[in-house]
Amino acid sequence: MQIIQPHYHAIARTAQDYERMAMSGVVAVAEPAFWAGFDRLYPETFIDYFRQISEFEPTRAADYGIKHYCWVGVNPKEAENPELSHEVLKQMPEFFKKPTVLGIGEIGFHKTTKNEEEIFEAQVEQAIKYDQLILIHTPHLQDKVRGTKRTLEVLSHMNVNPERVWIDHVEEHTIREPLEAGYWVGFTLYPITKCTPKRAVDMLEIYGHERILVNSSADWGPSDPFTLQECIVQYRARGYSVQDAIEIFHNNPVRFMGQNPKFDIKPIRLETIEESSSSLVEN
Amino acid sequence: MMQTALQVLDREYLEARCSLVELGAAFDRVDRASDHEENAGEFNDSRLELLKQALGILTEESHLPNRAERLLLLFSDLD
Repeated sequence: MQIIQPHYHAIARTAQDYERMAMSGVVAVAEPAFWAGFDRLYPETFIDYFRQISEFEPTRAADYGIKHYCWVGVNPKEAENPELSHEVLKQMPEFFKKPTVLGIGEIGFHKTTKNEEEIFEAQVEQAIKYDQLILIHTPHLQDKVRGTKRTLEVLSHMNVNPERVWIDHVEEHTIREPLEAGYWVGFTLYPITKCTPKRAVDMLEIYGHERILVNSSADWGPSDPFTLQECIVQYRARGYSVQDAIEIFHNNPVRFMGQNPKFDIKPIRLETIEESSSSLVEN
Repeated sequence: MMQTALQVLDREYLEARCSLVELGAAFDRVDRASDHEENAGEFNDSRLELLKQALGILTEESHLPNRAERLLLLFSDLD
């Protein structure tokens, strides 16, 4: 089965992960810009990071037949430094011209501070101005509800098209509002601190398939790119067809990211081929 | 050197939190399936009762840290 991994931090992973993903049917990954595990001091460090994910990483993925796309942005944690963030923002439009950059992300809130909000709004405004897709991170653990609510409040005062916005890392307690407001939502499958494969399938059963993306994130922390495949196995084990799985794990990422024409993968459908006995003999 | 209670909780908290959410989701899953059956919402099974008794053991105060042992005994056929 062909799979798209819509949120994947490839720079934190080994080539072996690319190889194993390719063996399991992954045809494309998309890499948002995120926190490196420490706060960077210089705008230039961000720029080199954006070069890495928009220029170098696609070549590493291509070695395994995987298409690599990316997003640029100042992540919520480092948005706490507005001076640095504004310097980075000035240089982001150059990256929108790159052939694999899909939009601005992951942006949003970490601790839901005023500084974070200022940079979040500035990046949403930039996305609107340059007609870019938006990928929004929602906070971890005890901060998730508050940060998700504030995210929706901020967006409601801005002129965004919800269909072009993906609000990620939702769980049972935060899925309803963004989905009802018309946004895309994402389930991030982590071993312990976010959603798990079984709970993701539960939410698919409750809320349906529309405007839902499933991903592993897979970064430098405790995470595993193959929680996505685990989720597919759980989904199939509950009796859903391969085509149902394709709709969620391949076609939905295509539907969202394909709103940017640079994402040139199309939805797929399984077909059986009726071969007559005579044609089988000829072959 | 033995860890302090705070160090142990720091290490265990997120995993325990995750286990509890998973357990809640499992109960929800059974309830949702039951709601779609002929006698909606009336499904019962002795294993469900055992799981509910186990939740009681988790929250009981005890002078001995033996909850794991008591849980395993609860799930054992002793006759």
